[in-house]
Amino acid sequence: MAADDRPDPDALLAQLEAEQAKAQRGKLKIFFGASPGVGKTYAMLSAARLLVAQGVDLVVGVVETHGRAETMALAEGLEILPRLEIEYRGHTLREFDLDAALARKPALILMDELAHSNAPGSRHPKRWQDIEELLDAGIDVYTTVNVQHIDSLNDVVGGITGARIWETVPDKVFDAADEVVLVDLPPDELLQRLKEGKVYIPQQAERAMANFFRKGNLLALREISLRRTADRVDEDVLAYRRSQSVSGVWPMQESLLVCIGPGPGGEKLIRNAARVAAQSEAPWHAVYVETPKLQRKPDAERAQMLKMLKLAQDAGARTAVLSGPDAAQAAIAYARQHNLGKVMVGRDRRPFWDLGFAYRLGRQAPDLDVIQVAHAPAELPPRRHGTGEKSAPVVRRADYAWAVAIVVAVTVVATPLAKLLDLANIVMLFLLGVFFTAVRLGRGPALLSAFLAVAAFDFFFVPPQLSFAVSDVQYLVTFAVMLIVALITGQLTAGLRFQVTVAQGREQRTLALYEMARELSAALTVEQIAEITERFVAQGFNARATLMLLDARDRLAAVGGSAEDAPDIGIAQWAFDHGETAGLSTDTLPSAPMLYVPLKAPMRTRGILALRPRDLPWLPAPEQQRLLDTSATLIAIAIERVHYISVAQDALVHMESERLRNSLLSALSHDLRTPLTALAGLAESLTLAGPSLPKAQAEIAQAIREEALRTSALVNNLLDMARLETGSVKLTREWQPLEEVVGVALQARASVLAHHAVRVDLPADLPLLEFDAVLMERVFCNLLENAAKYTPAGSRIEIAARRDGDNVEISVADNGPGLPPGKEEALFEKFARGHEESAVAGVGLGLAIVRAVVEVHKGSVRAENRPEGGARFVVTLPVGEPPSVPVEA
Amino acid sequence: MEQTPVIIVVEDEPQIRRFLRTALEAEGCAVTEAGTAERGLIEAGTRKPDLVILDLGLPDRDGVEVVRDIRAWSGVPILILSARADENDKVAALDAGADDYLTKPFGVGELQARMRALLRRSARASANEPTVCFGDVEVDLAQRRVMRAGAEVHLTPIEYRLLTQLIANTGRVLTHQQLLREVWGPGHAGDSHYLRVYMTALRRKLETNPTLPRHLLTESGVGYRLVTGN
Repeated sequence: MAADDRPDPDALLAQLEAEQAKAQRGKLKIFFGASPGVGKTYAMLSAARLLVAQGVDLVVGVVETHGRAETMALAEGLEILPRLEIEYRGHTLREFDLDAALARKPALILMDELAHSNAPGSRHPKRWQDIEELLDAGIDVYTTVNVQHIDSLNDVVGGITGARIWETVPDKVFDAADEVVLVDLPPDELLQRLKEGKVYIPQQAERAMANFFRKGNLLALREISLRRTADRVDEDVLAYRRSQSVSGVWPMQESLLVCIGPGPGGEKLIRNAARVAAQSEAPWHAVYVETPKLQRKPDAERAQMLKMLKLAQDAGARTAVLSGPDAAQAAIAYARQHNLGKVMVGRDRRPFWDLGFAYRLGRQAPDLDVIQVAHAPAELPPRRHGTGEKSAPVVRRADYAWAVAIVVAVTVVATPLAKLLDLANIVMLFLLGVFFTAVRLGRGPALLSAFLAVAAFDFFFVPPQLSFAVSDVQYLVTFAVMLIVALITGQLTAGLRFQVTVAQGREQRTLALYEMARELSAALTVEQIAEITERFVAQGFNARATLMLLDARDRLAAVGGSAEDAPDIGIAQWAFDHGETAGLSTDTLPSAPMLYVPLKAPMRTRGILALRPRDLPWLPAPEQQRLLDTSATLIAIAIERVHYISVAQDALVHMESERLRNSLLSALSHDLRTPLTALAGLAESLTLAGPSLPKAQAEIAQAIREEALRTSALVNNLLDMARLETGSVKLTREWQPLEEVVGVALQARASVLAHHAVRVDLPADLPLLEFDAVLMERVFCNLLENAAKYTPAGSRIEIAARRDGDNVEISVADNGPGLPPGKEEALFEKFARGHEESAVAGVGLGLAIVRAVVEVHKGSVRAENRPEGGARFVVTLPVGEPPSVPVEA
Repeated sequence: MEQTPVIIVVEDEPQIRRFLRTALEAEGCAVTEAGTAERGLIEAGTRKPDLVILDLGLPDRDGVEVVRDIRAWSGVPILILSARADENDKVAALDAGADDYLTKPFGVGELQARMRALLRRSARASANEPTVCFGDVEVDLAQRRVMRAGAEVHLTPIEYRLLTQLIANTGRVLTHQQLLREVWGPGHAGDSHYLRVYMTALRRKLETNPTLPRHLLTESGVGYRLVTGN
């Protein structure tokens, strides 16, 4: 079938996208070895030297030579990035400087020991995370790693060598590497090298050979690493076949769901799942179902499960925290929803994750494959924190006191009745007391009260009285029943009470979230949002919140907040840029005192929510984590809404004011100019109408006319300035010779320039310039007028122009008294006058208009004193790309 | 003896009408005033004016439309008065057929000069003189020869066409579009830089001081005008 030969379009698209992302990303090459000493670093340095010889821009980020002479010789001469010194508990640790590397931005960087854990206080806890960031920045990376550091092989290798290694690298890093080079050395040769002291210094070598470097170990490790590499090659072949459409058959995706429980097998379960998923190339999910029962566990234990989820996420899984009364049901629903055909669970001694859970899964969903993962014999006991505080509800000492008091009270009440009542009924009274205690005070006090009741009953009522001895054996049954009743009721009520607390807690959270959503939807300003956020976070997380939003220059800045609480801009910026949570309790700078949550809104990330918990250490429980995520989204949406409201309002106000301004300006223009025209004209026609005026009156008429014209010029200037400032000027830009506009200006100001000598020196080959002729005429008119006004009669005024690269410089110079020194720039201010209280008329708008006009033409203007005396104004206009004019034959 | 020229002033501002009347009557003209465009059109239709002075900012109708209306039936010279700084209105009025413009505020002398030039032009329109002189330039239209200070000046065909267009409309403002259409043809409306480059060349050949021309004048943002007098 023809259709079968065609690759799946979705798969091709995914491949295309992956390739696109890859093209921008740096390439990762891993030098992979079976054990230390096989020569990984040596191989990496050799490869690097070759590249340096080819002229590749290469930097050594980290190279651990372990004092090996051959390796050190190879590293010689390469550019080495200085290490960052981090103070930690009195020691100075020298760590890789990620920021320096990003700033240096080489083409390739050498990063030895992929699995290294960074010193506390570094940006990322692990070196592989540093490398991810380098790759994201488009820097190629060479690195080295040993087989025992690969996460999914950690258990296997641990089983062989007997040593467990904590520095591991997620498989996804290894699998995502562009190239993996296996550095191989047969065990005998390695042992030889070890003996010769080429790997470790002699004493260390002895110890190492006795433990790790046993031949059996080395053989096994070599096999594992060869296999792992072969697996990878297999995948490469598969990927190649896919990209070349060699195979027309596309296997159904065998998706996998891993259910993580509270038991100790979690890590192994996840590693197993990662390995299975990698082999079948299937996506996989890891979930943790939080049942009310699990919610009752101490926080530390729950945090452990969150860590497992994190581990799964690092290993490439999609993770989720589900909640529901029945773990099996929730898991099945999730599997169905995500089309996952296989469910993997751990086998556990605990009642919850034992056969029962797997069985329930199988019963409820017969269509799902259920895989059980066994315990590894070498499994270490689970790392548990605070196992002592098993029961979550807080038990107060007062409750126990009350329990004692109740028993005492029952005893006191029963003593006078002892003669009237049967012993069987006295027992009932005690039972009532125990029951009451169990219902009101919980399991612990109930137990105490049961024991006390038995003791009191025995001591005071059962013959022989005032002795613990029991004459009749049947009373033992009474004691037993009493104890059992106390235990069962206590257990029941304690469970009930806990569920109530949990439900109340959930309701409180939901209520708080509703409350916040309601308040946020009513918020109209960012400050209101910040205030609501702060209040909500203080209640819900017992933490101080600070909102950080983008300011006008697109930089993060805190909204309100006190100085001592100021969040770290660097971490915030990182979280903002990467769209990931950073700081406290995360993988990025976990030792920071604050948690930085990006506020992702539909359009873009709007800012950062910074949290400073009141008590440390702080590990958010899953429901809190969810609450935090939800509230961050709510806040982000509220901020975005406020943002767009203000954008819309601004636009509206802008449009409205623009319209108002334009109509005002044109009205002013008409209403001011018309009477001035009439005034000037009437004054002039005074001399024409009727008999000619006496000299004095003719002069007055002339003066009236001149003043009217001057006022009109001023009005023109003011209106022009207003138009230019509000940006409501429509430019009619046309290509034209400078000569023409200069000529027009000279003509227009001919009367002002009558007593000055004007020289024009414009080169004939000056290119055409693109400008608005009318506005540019104003520029030269104003400059000429200025020059004429501030120089004595008979002064020289020169207009010159020259091309200067991509610009044309036009200067208007005079040989007058020059400008007041130091005030050259200030001249261009509105209403600025060169000389205060000058006798020369004017309001100081001329040069401001010059500057405004030149600037709307993307040019600039400056004023200066000429060395030979006098002032010079230089207008610089961009040349652009003048059109050609066909030459006539 | 010439008869008294009849001038119609269409202007809504009475004070401006008053001084226009004074200035024009001082030149020996008969002035009829109109406060609205409608009134102005009636006067222009009935009085056979020699010149219409028209304010662009009339309250009842757009000045440009009034120009078009008049041009539909009469070739009477029209002088535009504009209070607006916006060059586009003037250009539109000129393109519609107005002959010249004045921007408020203007001097009486300026007004009288424009008026005289327009009256003279219409009087001479019929007289087809073979030679035209301005400054030290003499243009022989019959022989297509241009002399400057006695020596022949070589003009390219386009330069010559441009010059004859300006001569045919001496004293009148020709807009960029009018000149482009007449000299280059209708397809070159967007090539105003052609016109400017040729105008500069023409000035360099014919003007004593090309940067301070005395005859081939530029009207910023509007067009060009040839002035033959001194």
